[in-house]
Amino acid sequence: MTIIDLVEAATPAAGTSSFDLDADTVRDLNRTLHRAADGERFTVGNPGGRHSIGAGISAELALDVEGHVGYYAAGMNQGGTVTIRGNAGVGVAENMMSGTVRVAGDASQSAGATAHGGLLVIEGNAAARCGISLKGADIVVGGNIGHMSAFMAQAGRMVVCGDAGEALGDSIYETRIYVKGTVASLGADCVAKEMRDEHRAELAELLAAAGLEHNPADFTRYGSARTLYHFNVDNSSAY
Amino acid sequence: MTLTASTSISGTAPSPAELGLRESATFDRATISDIRRAAETGIYDIRGWGAKRALPHFDDLLFLGASMSRYPLEGYREKCGTDVVLGDRYASRPLRLDIPVTIAGMSFGALSANAKEALGRGASAAGTSTTTGDGGMTPEERGQSRNLVYQYLPSRYGMNPDDLRKADAIEIVLGQGAKPGGGGMLLGQKITERVAGMRTLPVGIDQRSASRHPDWTGPDDLEIKIAELREITDWEKPIYVKIGASRPYYDTALAVKAGADVVVLDGMQGGTAATQQVFIEHVGIPTLAAIPQAVQALQELGMHRKVQLIVSGGIRNGADVAKAMALGADAVAIGTAALIALGDNDPAYADEYAKLGSAAGFYDDFQDGRDPAGISTQDPELSARLDPVAAGRRLANYLRVLTMEAQTIARACGKAHLHHLEPEDLVALTVESSAMARVPLAGTQWIPGAGGTGY
Amino acid sequence: MCGIAALQVRNTALRPQMGSLLTGMLCQIIERGPDSAGMAVYNNPDLVAEGFATLSLLGIDLGISARDLERVLGSSLPVGGGTKVRELGDTTLLSAEVDAETLAGAVGASYPGVVVAGRGEHVTVMKSVGNPKDVAERHGLAGMSGTQGLSHTRMATESAVTASGSHPFAVADDLCLVHNGSFSNHASVRRELQRLGVAFDSENDTEVGARYVAHRLSAGDDLETALTNLGKVLDGFYTLVVTTADSMAVVRDPIACKPAIIAETEDYVAIASEFRALAHLPGIESARIFEPEPGRVYTWNL
Repeated sequence: MTIIDLVEAATPAAGTSSFDLDADTVRDLNRTLHRAADGERFTVGNPGGRHSIGAGISAELALDVEGHVGYYAAGMNQGGTVTIRGNAGVGVAENMMSGTVRVAGDASQSAGATAHGGLLVIEGNAAARCGISLKGADIVVGGNIGHMSAFMAQAGRMVVCGDAGEALGDSIYETRIYVKGTVASLGADCVAKEMRDEHRAELAELLAAAGLEHNPADFTRYGSARTLYHFNVDNSSAY
Repeated sequence: MTLTASTSISGTAPSPAELGLRESATFDRATISDIRRAAETGIYDIRGWGAKRALPHFDDLLFLGASMSRYPLEGYREKCGTDVVLGDRYASRPLRLDIPVTIAGMSFGALSANAKEALGRGASAAGTSTTTGDGGMTPEERGQSRNLVYQYLPSRYGMNPDDLRKADAIEIVLGQGAKPGGGGMLLGQKITERVAGMRTLPVGIDQRSASRHPDWTGPDDLEIKIAELREITDWEKPIYVKIGASRPYYDTALAVKAGADVVVLDGMQGGTAATQQVFIEHVGIPTLAAIPQAVQALQELGMHRKVQLIVSGGIRNGADVAKAMALGADAVAIGTAALIALGDNDPAYADEYAKLGSAAGFYDDFQDGRDPAGISTQDPELSARLDPVAAGRRLANYLRVLTMEAQTIARACGKAHLHHLEPEDLVALTVESSAMARVPLAGTQWIPGAGGTGY
Repeated sequence: MCGIAALQVRNTALRPQMGSLLTGMLCQIIERGPDSAGMAVYNNPDLVAEGFATLSLLGIDLGISARDLERVLGSSLPVGGGTKVRELGDTTLLSAEVDAETLAGAVGASYPGVVVAGRGEHVTVMKSVGNPKDVAERHGLAGMSGTQGLSHTRMATESAVTASGSHPFAVADDLCLVHNGSFSNHASVRRELQRLGVAFDSENDTEVGARYVAHRLSAGDDLETALTNLGKVLDGFYTLVVTTADSMAVVRDPIACKPAIIAETEDYVAIASEFRALAHLPGIESARIFEPEPGRVYTWNL
């Protein structure tokens, strides 16, 4: 049983509004979501890889999408709990402010780009530039992440239960990254750091929130060496 | 850049010219100073302002006023309209401005909070819009701006869906004229606690912002991004796309195809808060050369005046406004000129500019945050020098003068609205400006490169 | 700037449906490139035959009757006779029992303005301006069987919206290439290829990519090596899909901003710019779906 099944089992389906995107438009769906109140529930069938599904949610509502979504699903989410039972296209949960977005499959590039808050869980793999310019959200990836992930990441936390691609954390600011598997290469100014108790505790909390079982002791922490915070000509080869 | 202290000229020492010394045109004193500075510091020169070199510009164009074949309007009696609607292609709430002169995007961070407030006050009083910049929207700015355009930039500093919904229009920024293809730069002195907080950055670091958007590249993906922003704002807000002038024919066409309501075109004279000098002076094309290309793209797509064109980069007076509009712009935007109206480079601060190694009229070290006029700074004492009410009034005055000057010219050309100005009302003074603006050399029917006659 | 949809059908029972599946994919990527479109279909028995070169021609004035064309060209071909002409939408198909080079030479001599949009014994290339859905309909794509197919919708960036500027670029026998993105040094590579004697049909940056691949293949590279070499020579942002008589390949530049997604089943391999183009393929629920990694060449042979 995955965490999604658990959530499903715990929540009654009563009072749920359903959309079928073979019949309804994304505009209909989003207009309804933008007017919805806290606590309302919605399901979406036949997403068919359409774009901007659930973009601009600003209430504490629940949205379950049965299938694969296109670009910018749950973009700029504020407070919504969005579950995608499939793969997500480019920029899932981009610039999320709060709430939870969960992708049961894989996520394309720029997942969680510039997200300020909330939790993004990708149970499968995430492609390139996962968490680019991250500004405070938490991202937990069950599988691997692609190259240039956490590029220029400013704040927030990122957990990778698989492997990381090339140039992890290039030009990183204050985001903390935890990787269980291998890192193909570290980007400029990103270094491995000591795992102290507070980091293991923080990681355990994030894994629990994501519903993923891993031993925090198996992870390595990465973060900024802070050597590029002030321009210095001696670092010019790093730019 | 900082002026190097010149050798003091004593009463007796002859000048270099008197000595018959010849200055190299290739290695002139400014060039020698640049090389010395690079050798000493190992850092390229970063500065504000736009291109300082001489470029073909609006000054090289003249209007053909009415006389016998055309009839002028009476200056103080007959109406010459100045209003403009921006973004009515798809947005349910387009902007309706009284005057076609808008305020370009300038960030809180690059500018002080008082300067931003003054821009909002001045623009609102004159019936036009102002624009946020990299770093998000401040309450002062939103509060004082009747029409506020929210910039959506590669860095997404302070990007917030609540502010997106509060905005009157959204401007997706691909680039700016001072640095097409370049990202932003804000040095540590200006990353105060408030600026850092808004941008989610450590206080006092040198901030390099991105040159490409993090979640889309190219017009095919931009179309999907525009659709997302429309979805989030329920198709209410006009969506502008701002480009730095380099290949404006293609970029304008692609912005239209990607679904823009408005194209903002910034020529290389457009300002910046902090960019490498080599970038400012050597990348991009002059505003004059950019406008006809963009207009041609709009016309070929049947979208001229349907997707509006806002032109910026070196607009200084009402003649520039009228010339940009005659070449096909629907509106213009001012940045540097607006800062000067607020009080930037004011000779009243001559002594203080001197202390910084600069002079009134030359000061461009906006990145240092030590602006005596309190505009391009985050220093609380310096910022406090700018009274946002008084500065806002100066800006409103200036905007009204720009508008009245443009009307003066339009009436002289027999136009009851600024939008009725057309390229055929213009001639060029130089071969270069004639080729770039695609209007005939004065007194001839010749447009270099056009292959045919003028008209 | 563009949309890509390509399908290699591995299950022979599914090959009669190749055209209808590809049409469904193409219709999902129209917004990425509404200006013009192009399609390539491989091994359709009604259109191509082994031993016969088939040319897909653009710009034949339809005032010329098929009979005239046959007669003019037939007389200038070495064997004479055996020439067949067929109108397919905006495309004229010409086949003869000669090699493609000879046939193209005959066309060029008699009709200098005509563009050879496709050539070989296995491929038919159809390109036109207008809405991609209409282009597909005019050519009857949905009714075509085939072993594999490639389609492209185009939002022209720096070159004209013309049929010849549409993708795919098919510049060598049975070789087709489509591109999403833009090359940043194509002018220099074009000049270098021209110096080596390669001739070009258009100002399009993608044609430079196609000519480069053809040049490398003729120099002895296999497809994978040719695409690896392309990555060393051409700078910029790209997702490329390349097809030959019996293979299909995809490669993205090392930064990999332009999208691509692959679905693999026992029955087929499908590649598209966006998932929505794959959403309606049979068995997609259980397909292996993944994005090609940056800078890595993926190939599938029939």
